[in-house]
Amino acid sequence: MNDFEHKHHAHCESGVLSSMLSHHGLNISEPMIFGLSNALNFAYIPFIKLGGMPLVAYRSIPSSIIKNIKKNLKVDMKLETFSSKKKGEERLDELLKEGKIVGAQSSMYWLSYIPNEMRFHFNAHNLLIYGKENDDYLISDPVFQMSVRCDKESLSKARFTKGVMAPKGLLYYPVSVPTEIDLKPIIAKSIKKLSKTMLRKFIPIVGLKGVGYLAKAILKLESKEKKYAKLFLGNIVRMQEEIGTGGAGFRFMYASFLQESSELFDNDVVLKEASKMMLEVGDEWREFALMIAKSIKSKKEIDYRAISQKLMVISENEAKVYKKMLTFKAKY
Amino acid sequence: MDINSVPQDDSTTYAKMQKAIYASSDDGKLETVSSTGWEVEELVTQQALDDIEDSVKEAYELVKSGEMSPLYYHMYEARMDLIILAQSTGFFQWTIKRDFKPDLFAKISEKRLLEYCDALGKSLETIKKLPEISYE
Repeated sequence: MNDFEHKHHAHCESGVLSSMLSHHGLNISEPMIFGLSNALNFAYIPFIKLGGMPLVAYRSIPSSIIKNIKKNLKVDMKLETFSSKKKGEERLDELLKEGKIVGAQSSMYWLSYIPNEMRFHFNAHNLLIYGKENDDYLISDPVFQMSVRCDKESLSKARFTKGVMAPKGLLYYPVSVPTEIDLKPIIAKSIKKLSKTMLRKFIPIVGLKGVGYLAKAILKLESKEKKYAKLFLGNIVRMQEEIGTGGAGFRFMYASFLQESSELFDNDVVLKEASKMMLEVGDEWREFALMIAKSIKSKKEIDYRAISQKLMVISENEAKVYKKMLTFKAKY
Repeated sequence: MDINSVPQDDSTTYAKMQKAIYASSDDGKLETVSSTGWEVEELVTQQALDDIEDSVKEAYELVKSGEMSPLYYHMYEARMDLIILAQSTGFFQWTIKRDFKPDLFAKISEKRLLEYCDALGKSLETIKKLPEISYE
């Protein structure tokens, strides 16, 4: 075999990349992968529906972690999609025979090892395939504690499902991985870029502007049917906590990245402080989620104003973190 | 969030699994901690699951009463809605709506039925009828 070691991560795409690069001798933690690929974000996109509810995203677009790591770390990563299921199946087997471990995008619903409680139609899940035994594929799914197996038919169905964020059988694997990288310049650049992105005011649906947009939408729920309003609110929390974000819509994970970065920069005070602030913002996101859960459970009228206000406060506090990050001066 | 506050609520929606959460240890260092669940997350996930179950039950009744074709039930049973089914099959929504009519569904070509079977992950035999289930 290829003595691959499964690891339990908080998120799928960043987890796959971390496991994959570690296997190739480059040990980069999941938070570092997440931070270096500028994956932290926010978007409220009402015209894209996921499970009948408007899309609320706490990270950048699917596959952007793979692509940004490829670019920023100069990893020669091959990405392949397929027009036919058969070609996609054959290619996977071919790569595995070569002893490679392969990242794949898939639907969550059709994977045979997913428990019923987690079985939803979401097509941008990521997993790592590291072997095959008879008709079963050996899979390292980062959000599971142990490695799992999936039969060929289910895996193919999951890889080739159609719809929003359709995987098209996406496979990805590195051809060459640098053994040593100076992360510091990449970190400095990423931090600056992310802060600017989140603070940008032009596009109403993304970044902190997007948070404000969602806050307004919550106020409008008052005029909607209660059942829908509760599902809408529940959906926000599900996107924030359920789909594998490491907690608080990735804010805890990003705080971890900032802390690790601070250490690399000789315990830089600004990054250390920013990490602490981001952790607190993460706690506020969790409070927001708790507020919504209580509203859903209660028989009383929902205080949409209070929920909306909480979101606005979070937005203001998160802005302070990005402004802090912008004061970071990299010393080499 | 510090390590001691990481919820261990044994959420049923975690199906006996654990998730990794980033939390801060006593000396301020962030690391991953396993969590058996958070009741807040469990509540909203259960809400989504209950909503799906309600849709399935409703669909079952509509098919049983002859108002809708078995396809309508099987769509919800596969946790899809019209939009998802349309995207998975590549069929236009208005053509799928036609197939919800029992008399039209009965006349569908096997070719089209097999597309539905593929999208829904069900056999031809299953998709043509309502299963004998009691939704009490």
